[in-house]
Amino acid sequence: MNKHPSIVRSTLHESSKHDSGPKHVAGAAEYIDDIVEPVGTMHAYLALSSRAHAEIGSIDFAAVKAAPGVIGVLTAADVPGENDVSPSHKHDEPIFAEGRVQFWGQPLFAVVAETRDQARRAAHLAKVDYTDLPFATNVRAAQAAGGKLVTEPLKLERGDVAAAMASAPRRVRGSIAIGGQDHFYLEGQIAMAIPGEDEDVTVFASTQHPSEVQLMVAHVLGIPLHSVTVNVRRMGGGFGGKETQGNLFAAVAAMAAKKWRRACKIRPDRDDDMTATGKRHDFVVDYDVGYDDNGKIAAVDAVYAARAGFSSDLSGPVTDRALFHCDNAYWYPAVRARSEPLYTNTVSNTAFRGFGGPQGMMAAERWIEDIAYSLGKDPLEIRKANFYGTDTDNVTPYHQTVEDNIVHRVVEELEASSDYQARRAAILAFNAKNAILKKGIALTPVKFGISFTATWYNQAGALVHVYKDGSIHLSHGGTEMGQGLYIKVAQVLADAFCVGLDDIKIMATTTGKVPNTSATAASSGSDLNGMAAWDAARQIKERLVVHAAKLYQCDEAAVLWVPGGVQAGDQFVPFAELVASAYLNRVQLSAAGFYKTPKIHWDRATGQGHPFYYFAYGASVSEVTIDTLTGEYIVDRVDILHDVGRSLNPAIDIGQVEGGFIQGMGWLTTEELVWDDKGQLRTKAPSTYKIPVASDVPPVFNVKLAEWSVNAEPTIGRSKAVGEPPLMLAMSVVEALSMAVASVADYAIAPRLDTPVTPERVLMGCERLKREARG
Amino acid sequence: MSAVSHAIRFILNDEEITLTDVAPDQTLLDFLRLEKRLRGSKEGCAEGDCGACTVLVGRVMNDEIIYDSVTACIRFVASLHGTHVVTVEHLAGKNGTLHPVQQAMVDEHGSQCGFCTPGFVMSLYGLWMRDANPSQGAVEKALQGNLCRCTGYAPIIRAGKAISSYGAPEADPLRAERIALKARIQALNDGSRVEIGTGKARVIVPASLDDFAEVYAANPEATIVAGSTDVGLWVTKFMRNVGPVIFIGHLQELKRIVETDGELQFYAGVSYSEALPKLNAHFPQLGELWDRIAGEQIRNMGTIGGNIANGSPIGDTPPPFIALGAKLQLRRGNQRREIALQDYFLAYGKQDRQPGEFVESVTLPYLPDGERFAVYKISKRRDEDISALCGAFCIRLGDAGLVEMARIAFGGMAATPKRAEAVEAALIGKPWTPDSIDAAIAAFTEDYQPISDMRASAEYRLLTAQNLLRRFFLETTGEGQRLKREVA
Repeated sequence: MNKHPSIVRSTLHESSKHDSGPKHVAGAAEYIDDIVEPVGTMHAYLALSSRAHAEIGSIDFAAVKAAPGVIGVLTAADVPGENDVSPSHKHDEPIFAEGRVQFWGQPLFAVVAETRDQARRAAHLAKVDYTDLPFATNVRAAQAAGGKLVTEPLKLERGDVAAAMASAPRRVRGSIAIGGQDHFYLEGQIAMAIPGEDEDVTVFASTQHPSEVQLMVAHVLGIPLHSVTVNVRRMGGGFGGKETQGNLFAAVAAMAAKKWRRACKIRPDRDDDMTATGKRHDFVVDYDVGYDDNGKIAAVDAVYAARAGFSSDLSGPVTDRALFHCDNAYWYPAVRARSEPLYTNTVSNTAFRGFGGPQGMMAAERWIEDIAYSLGKDPLEIRKANFYGTDTDNVTPYHQTVEDNIVHRVVEELEASSDYQARRAAILAFNAKNAILKKGIALTPVKFGISFTATWYNQAGALVHVYKDGSIHLSHGGTEMGQGLYIKVAQVLADAFCVGLDDIKIMATTTGKVPNTSATAASSGSDLNGMAAWDAARQIKERLVVHAAKLYQCDEAAVLWVPGGVQAGDQFVPFAELVASAYLNRVQLSAAGFYKTPKIHWDRATGQGHPFYYFAYGASVSEVTIDTLTGEYIVDRVDILHDVGRSLNPAIDIGQVEGGFIQGMGWLTTEELVWDDKGQLRTKAPSTYKIPVASDVPPVFNVKLAEWSVNAEPTIGRSKAVGEPPLMLAMSVVEALSMAVASVADYAIAPRLDTPVTPERVLMGCERLKREARG
Repeated sequence: MSAVSHAIRFILNDEEITLTDVAPDQTLLDFLRLEKRLRGSKEGCAEGDCGACTVLVGRVMNDEIIYDSVTACIRFVASLHGTHVVTVEHLAGKNGTLHPVQQAMVDEHGSQCGFCTPGFVMSLYGLWMRDANPSQGAVEKALQGNLCRCTGYAPIIRAGKAISSYGAPEADPLRAERIALKARIQALNDGSRVEIGTGKARVIVPASLDDFAEVYAANPEATIVAGSTDVGLWVTKFMRNVGPVIFIGHLQELKRIVETDGELQFYAGVSYSEALPKLNAHFPQLGELWDRIAGEQIRNMGTIGGNIANGSPIGDTPPPFIALGAKLQLRRGNQRREIALQDYFLAYGKQDRQPGEFVESVTLPYLPDGERFAVYKISKRRDEDISALCGAFCIRLGDAGLVEMARIAFGGMAATPKRAEAVEAALIGKPWTPDSIDAAIAAFTEDYQPISDMRASAEYRLLTAQNLLRRFFLETTGEGQRLKREVA
């Protein structure tokens, strides 16, 4: 049938390479700082507060304004619209502090100068008159100070918790502190704004959420959305850190650009980026769990207190998602989970891959561990005993029934393929013989809910043009931050039109092409935008089929899409030829596609609904060796089996799993955020904040996709989201470290390590267990 | 005084650069990005820790061109006189054909967001030039100075091992054209001192070691820059005005390593990378530590003299060198003096160095038979991290099995690298037994009152320091167990 053998077959579900790969390796991929600047581009730089909480008396700008190259200063008084970039629309996040600073590092004003170096130097020259106020920077201090919240808390409840707890044969109470995490995207925050005629402004922003930047810039300038165009070709990493945190930078650049009618770029240095932008929330979870002698959980009652920072930002939905994942993969017959998004005098914490889910799941693994050590059992046995059932025992704390549970198969396969049982036996024997080095092994599951819990975000648009030479122009609302979204959506479109990937030009994301988009977040990028692009292709294809049937005089049903074109009755028509004739016959060759996720609904007031379209699953086994003299350790081996449904691109998905795991391992092991007693973040550069390096990768690192998995829901290609879920696979590292620590007290005491499990925490954990074992 | 010229000259990719006006604190990265508009090299941290700005710098050593990976963000332009700077833009062929290193990265899916990628490409390129078929361990070591937040490194490591399947190293242009390149590099240097600017803006590139001694004695207010791995941050992070600056990283005489019958002498300009082979030969215990100091680029830039001279309490070379009984040779003009290394560190930020005086070399006596030596570095992250503490131990037992000599020194435990004199005193004359160790451990609190900071708590530092003495004891008695990461 195919008379054109040069035409490639479908690349959907195949490992197409990242579309920017050749440009990345040549240094030719453009990031915002690489774009050729318009003549006369100015540079802005933020001046940050050096107090955690203080009244601002006056600011003396004399030295700033006299510094070389300085064009001017922007303060709160210079904001034409509202001095606010709060994404929660609570009006609690000023661009520039007014009257009072609420955290160390809060922007006070911006200096605009001819060069970035001049602006940066001048920003340090202001004399600020502070009057200190009391402050609380962490969860316990904020609770002690009255527990002020930045947004409404959430409660999830199902079953009679009090009765179930009272009748449970065993109880465990405890708490776990789970540390935060800096995104450490390699490309820091940056924006460049170019003023246009009338009220227009064009902004190049490193953002996961162009429509939000558009909204914030409009809001700050006091102009309608149609006057602001936001462009994003790619980000040098996002991970949630560019969902809302780019707003302020874009707004400052736009303000300066409009005020002085010159282009303006703003880029903080790494220290300022880490000091002035939000991070993953750290949590303290206080829990009370009832269970029986077999380790089956009867009831869970837990409070999830989070360091939200000085404003709400995304702390509401982040702490909500922690509660949504308080179960991980486990059935709780009775459960009550409450959130406390606490006001603290720290930078406002924000989205980070997993969005609160990882913290919720880490706490669940903690009480599994407590139960296991109290009963003298392998924690894996307790995990399996508490997995959700497939037909019964399958209702979540938010009253959604788990309909697609594959955790049993994933865990069984991994347990076998990783040789878990034999290795655990060998490790127990090793530990019995060795006094100083101890080993641990653990298998932990992941179940992660897919969809934005804000139901309206679950929509997407795409704009597809077919030009009359058959080349195709693809735009959608998703942004590329390295995760391979662009190539995946292009694969969807190439498959839909039965053409090669080379026929498709992937366009930079811009608010001018697709409006009112959602953040590329919540792992939803390819689910939403892939479907929207597919919908656009469907519309164009339907028109082309009508045209082909007419032209070649066959039934529409006899027009078939085949590689390289259509088969119309007996006639094969190459795609370009079909398109050219369609143009001459005045067929519209452009379409806007749209998609909204079906089935989902959520009532926050009652804590009930069906917030997730489906769940992604996975499991990992980690093996570690610790040094009980120093607390140092090595992750020796990791085996992963992860579920991405029917993969749209296995190479890209494996990349997400490997990268997500290592990033999660960093969060849980060496990435420690330390604030000093003045409220200043002391870990604010790679010299002090330690993300994993190449030699932290486990020497044995077996990563597999569950190739048999097919999404039970009709998602694009029956695939599943992959951005966030793999991060939580790293929990097995913590649990393996725990086992190694537990060995020093013959596994009779739960080690209860807080995270990140630094060498210091391992050593102090060993010391505590030895002390307690001695009595 | 030497003849003086007034231009910094180097080759950038294919272009010969001549700069008659260059500030002492002008960084190579800003020069590339802002002046040459070569924007493949990225700024990720501006402190030499992330590697996104990695480029290669070629220089002629022993009549060969040696290319080292360096971080352009903290390398000063004025330090590049007489070198060949190679950036990521130089790798692909004129027709756009990707270099084998680049193609391997593409095919192994080694880039995601791509921002760190040019730096990884350059680090892998530097490795491949030296080692066409590197082991996994060699790849990981070469990449310690490159951070990637997306991939989890696995595909980059795979790419690093696969490069030679995409092309032969002999065909690489830098290898094939090395004779012509060497001639071009050598032609840049006419043997004169380079001087540019005046006052705080003055740049001095001395012609020789003697010329350096002379010019520094005459200008003791100048900042000496060798590898710029410390001074670079004074500029990029703290915006300090460091001028006038005397650049000494190019001085061949300061790169000498002298092996005599009794000792090993490193001149101050020897980089960590250059020191490693000889260190490994004489002090294999130090080789393991060396691999955990910073990343490859910093080991290529940073010098032994610099690590000592600036007096940091957390430098990794002073503790083991003190424990080995190192001596320091200081020079001012033509006057030289020698002191015990331990006596150089007077107080936090204060060293025994007179105006116009510099560290010329450090001498390590070989370990005599019968002396046991070990060094342990403790850090939050195993590689490319600054020590929370670093402990070094050297003991000699007498015929009766009693401790005859003990030199124990720690970094990270006090305001300077410091001997554990009370612990040593508790050990001297005692039998080398667990009981003696227990007794000596109590003396740690006399020697050290460490601080708590972002790297570790005081409690952890003290406990770990004590445990390191236990480890040393166990290792000398054959029961030691140390963590080892085994890779293929």
